[in-house]
Amino acid sequence: MATLASVFSKGTRLGKRVKYLCWHGGKYCSSVATPKITTHYTVHPRENDPRWKEVDMERFGDEADVLIVGGGPAGLSAACKLKLLANEQGKDLRVCLVEKAAEIGGHTLSGACIEPRSLEELFPNWREMGAPLKTEVKEDKFSYLTEKARIPIPVLPGMPMSNHGNYIVRLGNVVRWLGEQAEALGVEIYPGYAASEVLFHEDGSVKGIATNDVGIHKDGSPKETFERGMELHAKVTIFSEGCHGHLAKQLYKKFDLRKDCEPQTYGIGFKELWEIDPALHQPGKVEHTIGWPFDNNTYGGTFLYHLDEGPLIVVGIVVGLDYKNPYLSPFREFQRFKHHPSIEPLFRTGKRIGYGARALNEGGVQSIPKLTFPGGCLIGCSPGFMNVPKIKGTHNAMKSGMLAAESVFDLVTDEEKVSQSPTAGLEPVKYEENLKNSWLWKELHSVRNVRPSFNTSLGTVGGVIYTGLFYWIMRGKEPWTLHHGGPDNAKLKPAKECKVIDYPRPDGVVSFDLLTSVALTGTNHDHDQPAHLTLMDDSVPVNHNLAIYDGPEQRFCPAGVYEYVELEDGSGKRLQINAQNCIHCKTCDIKDPSQNINWVCPQGGEGPAYNGM
Amino acid sequence: MSGFRILVGCKRVIDYAVKVRVKPDKTGVVTEGVKHSMNPFDEIAVEEAVRMKEKKLASEIIAVSCGPQQCQETLRTALAMGVDRAIHVITEPKEYESMQPIHVSKILSKIATEEKADLVIVGKQAIDDDCNQTGQMTASLLDWPQATFASKIEKSNGDLSVMREIDGGLETIKVKVPAVLTSDLRLNEPRYATLPNIMKAKKKPLVTKKPSDYGVDITPRQEIVSVEDPPVRQAGQKVESVEELVTKLKEAGLV
Repeated sequence: MATLASVFSKGTRLGKRVKYLCWHGGKYCSSVATPKITTHYTVHPRENDPRWKEVDMERFGDEADVLIVGGGPAGLSAACKLKLLANEQGKDLRVCLVEKAAEIGGHTLSGACIEPRSLEELFPNWREMGAPLKTEVKEDKFSYLTEKARIPIPVLPGMPMSNHGNYIVRLGNVVRWLGEQAEALGVEIYPGYAASEVLFHEDGSVKGIATNDVGIHKDGSPKETFERGMELHAKVTIFSEGCHGHLAKQLYKKFDLRKDCEPQTYGIGFKELWEIDPALHQPGKVEHTIGWPFDNNTYGGTFLYHLDEGPLIVVGIVVGLDYKNPYLSPFREFQRFKHHPSIEPLFRTGKRIGYGARALNEGGVQSIPKLTFPGGCLIGCSPGFMNVPKIKGTHNAMKSGMLAAESVFDLVTDEEKVSQSPTAGLEPVKYEENLKNSWLWKELHSVRNVRPSFNTSLGTVGGVIYTGLFYWIMRGKEPWTLHHGGPDNAKLKPAKECKVIDYPRPDGVVSFDLLTSVALTGTNHDHDQPAHLTLMDDSVPVNHNLAIYDGPEQRFCPAGVYEYVELEDGSGKRLQINAQNCIHCKTCDIKDPSQNINWVCPQGGEGPAYNGM
Repeated sequence: MSGFRILVGCKRVIDYAVKVRVKPDKTGVVTEGVKHSMNPFDEIAVEEAVRMKEKKLASEIIAVSCGPQQCQETLRTALAMGVDRAIHVITEPKEYESMQPIHVSKILSKIATEEKADLVIVGKQAIDDDCNQTGQMTASLLDWPQATFASKIEKSNGDLSVMREIDGGLETIKVKVPAVLTSDLRLNEPRYATLPNIMKAKKKPLVTKKPSDYGVDITPRQEIVSVEDPPVRQAGQKVESVEELVTKLKEAGLV
């Protein structure tokens, strides 16, 4: 198998021929058995599939003025702002929003300690309206951890870690509240329907989206209950899919939106919600740490917030996905972190009631693509506006949504501009201009060098020194811009060059195993549908990922989707994809060293059922 | 069959895939913010009614749900699947916690009489309380025949021939209409509520009524004493030989 892998990576003509043989039904490949894994129609089109010959593939269509894909903070802020402007100016505007989660807020996961700045701009009387920002930050602690000790680092005002004036929230509840406001304003919200395809006009501009088909068997054939998705057309389509959206991925390629920016760099964030002993509860306390359990060359940090909504705390970690050791398991780093003596007592007498994970973007301004294209634009964490040293992206996501809404509204309601548009789908160019002139851009520009400063050989220590010197003192006014150094998926070192990490076994009280944790997410998918974790080439996982990197997907997936199991005849291993466990975090699509995994949307209404995460 | 009207009961329950958590005060389970959906057996009941309408065996389907405001979402799903109109019998969330099959069956039987239903189909049981009582109680209150755990329903000469899943196997009975049926798992595979149908469902009639409109008193007749987690399973012990097993049993005083 090692020979095969080296032949692959050399890309010789022999290698290409072997690859061809392997791909077209692994049984032709005698030394490596590759059972067919991927049956999804995005990899095996239905036009050539005899099982689909008799099926009527026509789709019902409907028209809106503006269509929004994704009901998170950005999408809902854009929706609310559009309707606020329309109602203010007495104009009729049909705004439709589709969201893949069964309920608004169901796929939302975040720390979260948010700056209320954007909410203030959107709804100045949010307090009277009952927005669930219930916990004001009262205490702010930042520390460097070693295995047994905790070294405080002072949080001075003006430092990115300073949270004065901010609120600890359960973001899922805030999103649910935003959804209620949007509906009250007249936005048509359709949870449980995933946008699975971008539609284009003949002139190449975006026409809208189509929702997912339902009723396809696991082997790719139609069920009796098969129903085609629906087409939603709009003058402008706003894409707010969150970090690493799968439709955004297509749009980047189609419109070459990333040609002038660096590849995005990501982190994976884990979070647990715990009920603790009220005697240990300190509502309003915010704690961040760096250092242990991460080594100096892995970017990572933790958070622990005390909510004032019952004796609840949230605890979590973020690991930069540019980590190099394929043996690193972000999930197990998280579980062992909770055993640190300074925080373990909280969990020993507490009860875990929630778990989840999601990728987040850390690239800052260097990685922001072109935001508009004929027929639409990108907002929120999808293009990526997270302020990394603050670890806050919600206020920026909401602001981008509001800016886009203003630009889209001006465009769509101006008959002259509409008739002058060179394409059928309208391009809200003012959005990007206004964003670059707003406080959002100033803020992101000032912190642009913080994240890359952690990538030198000085590692975490270097990053802290740089942030202290240049950000706190100079507020990012230094004339240079550091770079991220390439995409995350290219940073893994081969397994043989790295040390296996010996993680402690979970004790079932403070730390837990993966499957028990996944059960808490409430995730579910119809088992009888093609796996939505699609592989471009079914033979690559065993021949490449496993051979060179010891199958890192077994470790970075927070839901246990990827498993290398022994073949019955003992001749090797095969990849088993437990698609039902998926919690839609997108990490596999980001970190796969062979970029062979393409996450597509499963049927709408599936995935995790987070409650106020 | 012209003018054949079917009444379907739809209960809003915690989604089957969600991990249920007992409230710290032990009075019930946490429902706030938790994902809910239509009881799977009721989805099957709705599907069967819609299929009968498609086969022209029925002319109108009415869906009923009892509970708080959010039950309207459940009814919208039923409307999107093909139900013609919906009745939401609204209760306060607190009242809903103590609502029992006896209350629901009284409401359903009153509605069945008022709406001149020819058939009442409900799920065999709800996945939250597993009572398996509402269908049977409704039939008794209406003095109608009942066919429960239906896995196949066929029309034959004005009667219904129903195959039932019972402990001993499969039993086929004939029931005269009007009747009450309860649906079992293998009756059908429910269709998906597609987006165009959800949009159309917004225009279908949905009326809100109160239990008192039907003269039904929903004062609880039972008091929930406590709700607790099932006991944690004790770890077992592995033994190497039969002798060791006998020794251990003797030590525990069991032999």
